[in-house]
Amino acid sequence: MLTYTIRRLLISIPTLLLIAFVIFMLLELAPGDPMASMPLTIPAEVKQQMREALGLGEPWWVRFPLWLKQFFIVEPAYWIDSIFGTDLAAGQQRIISFQSRSPVFDTIAQRLPQTIWVVGMSYVVGVLIALPVGIISAYRQYSVFDQAGTFVSMIGFSVPPFFSGVLLIVIFSVSLGWLPSIYDTTHQVRDWDSFVFQLRQMVMPVMVLALQTTAQISRYMRAAMLDNLGQDYVRTARAKGMSERVVVLKHVLRNSMIPVITVIALGIPSIFGGAIITEQIFKVNGLGQLLIIALQGNDIPMVMTLTFLFAVLIVMFNLIADVLYGVFDPRIRYD
Amino acid sequence: MPNGAPAVLDVQGLKTVFRVRGGEVHAVNDVSFDLAAGELLGVVGESGSGKSVTMMSLLGLLPSPPADVRQGRVTFEGQDLLQVSDSKLRAVRGGRIGFVFQDPMTSLNPVFTVGYQIIETLRAHMGLSKSAARDRAQELLELVGIPSARDRLNDYPHQFSGGMRQRVMIAIALACDPKVLIADEPTTALDVTIQAQIIELMKDLRDKLGMAVIWITHDLGVIAGIADRVMVMYGGQVVEQAPVRDLFRNPKHPYTQALLTTIPKLSAERVRRLTIIEGQPPILGEAPTACSFRDRCPKAVAICAQQNPPRFDFGAGHDAACFVAAETRDAG
Repeated sequence: MLTYTIRRLLISIPTLLLIAFVIFMLLELAPGDPMASMPLTIPAEVKQQMREALGLGEPWWVRFPLWLKQFFIVEPAYWIDSIFGTDLAAGQQRIISFQSRSPVFDTIAQRLPQTIWVVGMSYVVGVLIALPVGIISAYRQYSVFDQAGTFVSMIGFSVPPFFSGVLLIVIFSVSLGWLPSIYDTTHQVRDWDSFVFQLRQMVMPVMVLALQTTAQISRYMRAAMLDNLGQDYVRTARAKGMSERVVVLKHVLRNSMIPVITVIALGIPSIFGGAIITEQIFKVNGLGQLLIIALQGNDIPMVMTLTFLFAVLIVMFNLIADVLYGVFDPRIRYD
Repeated sequence: MPNGAPAVLDVQGLKTVFRVRGGEVHAVNDVSFDLAAGELLGVVGESGSGKSVTMMSLLGLLPSPPADVRQGRVTFEGQDLLQVSDSKLRAVRGGRIGFVFQDPMTSLNPVFTVGYQIIETLRAHMGLSKSAARDRAQELLELVGIPSARDRLNDYPHQFSGGMRQRVMIAIALACDPKVLIADEPTTALDVTIQAQIIELMKDLRDKLGMAVIWITHDLGVIAGIADRVMVMYGGQVVEQAPVRDLFRNPKHPYTQALLTTIPKLSAERVRRLTIIEGQPPILGEAPTACSFRDRCPKAVAICAQQNPPRFDFGAGHDAACFVAAETRDAG
């Protein structure tokens, strides 16, 4: 397993380099001008000078290796410097956003907590609801509970967050006035009251996103359980005199979790992608919102860096899913 | 043996119905039989004759719904298994009555080690400590003839061959010294040499441990080799029952007679085609009101279509559910 993991890690290096190149060239070839949003009164020569100041005068074969150097060498060096107080970076140029003129990674670090809190929490909540729902739905197939679960899943799949989010705001913020409709990013958790406030402002975005996660994962869980409940080894377990609890929650669940864990692991990168629409609705300025604004403003370094980070996460979690498969299923051996 | 030892298992009037879309299937109709201590009872019949369903009904192993055990009494160790509480039934399953299933490739849980699956049974029924259960599991694997048993306890089912897996299944079934072992076509999924090994093993174990065995099969050759007594099932009913020699020498029911002619003989001319029984076994939408074999029976007479034949006694533990056979008996 270790050799396999190391081999996969090594293979992922050329993969990621290729992905970086493709993203870079796509952005390079796409129309658009970072100066487009500048006032029209700025003379064309000045605009040209500003472009050159941003480094856009150089051809792509200069800028792409430069970006690679900044991403893989300079940024980690700054990171290490800030932790250990060393001076590895030696004042080298970091990746700078065209829009804010501040380092891209600083902005990402500011936005990450909101996304982790809201989107990450919704994923955890969604999975925690989905697993028991899937298990019970399968065990009591076609029961009222199963029908209700199927109905809620259908809603989760088919109702987009820009509808369910607004609906929740109308009900809980406008009509009932129980929850704030806007997520206050500057809010800091210091004591119990501020913690409760944090929970209250998280409830709606988390619920909107958790509904989608639950809809998806519970269906996977249900299908996997149904697959396994009909297997011969379940009959063997019953014939051995095992209680229903042991039969279902040990024998069947252990087998059913194998595909579901893979699905859960593969879904984790999408947390960091943020939930673009939901973040917009509840004014959560997380990573999804950051990416949208960067795209609108032709902020190439920001878009490039964010997109590449997502690519890294996706490649990593694919690897993690494969390794988990080997951990949970003894029939799969990679070495 | 049939009349000598007292019965360990006594089944009376068992009736199992499956509810399906738009009706019912009467899979087991008024089945009665008993099993003496240490006896090996062979149960034969075509696919769908209700052999397996009967045995699964005894221990409540059929999924319900759709299965519904409607009537009957299953007396085992002084209690009716169809009436006892779930926890008492669980104590019987795997503890007092062991079960070996047909397909060893799928009957073991792929994600647990073989040792775990044996130890789980031991701990549930005998309350052994972990190390004691481990020792016992090793003993069991040795008993069923698995080499280097101690090491193999840590292996997963996929690391065993089909025959070895069936040995593991037998070890699980034998784990708690059951009084009765029900083997549901234990050799059907195995190739012939492995089949012979498993049959030898089972004969051996039966003699060594002195338990009663119910052996379900559709292979009459196997039955002839190991059974003390044979029960022939057709259409969810017992059509004939006799000590094994008696059944092969002197079958009473036309279905049994037909079954015996289907066994290919090595001595027969090579050009002869295999004998078959014409027609299809019935699927019973309702409880039978006539002989269910009459459409395929060469000897059928008028009464066969009017009444469902009861089991007529032919003496010496031999009975058959056939009007024609009963008439011949009474005439002769």
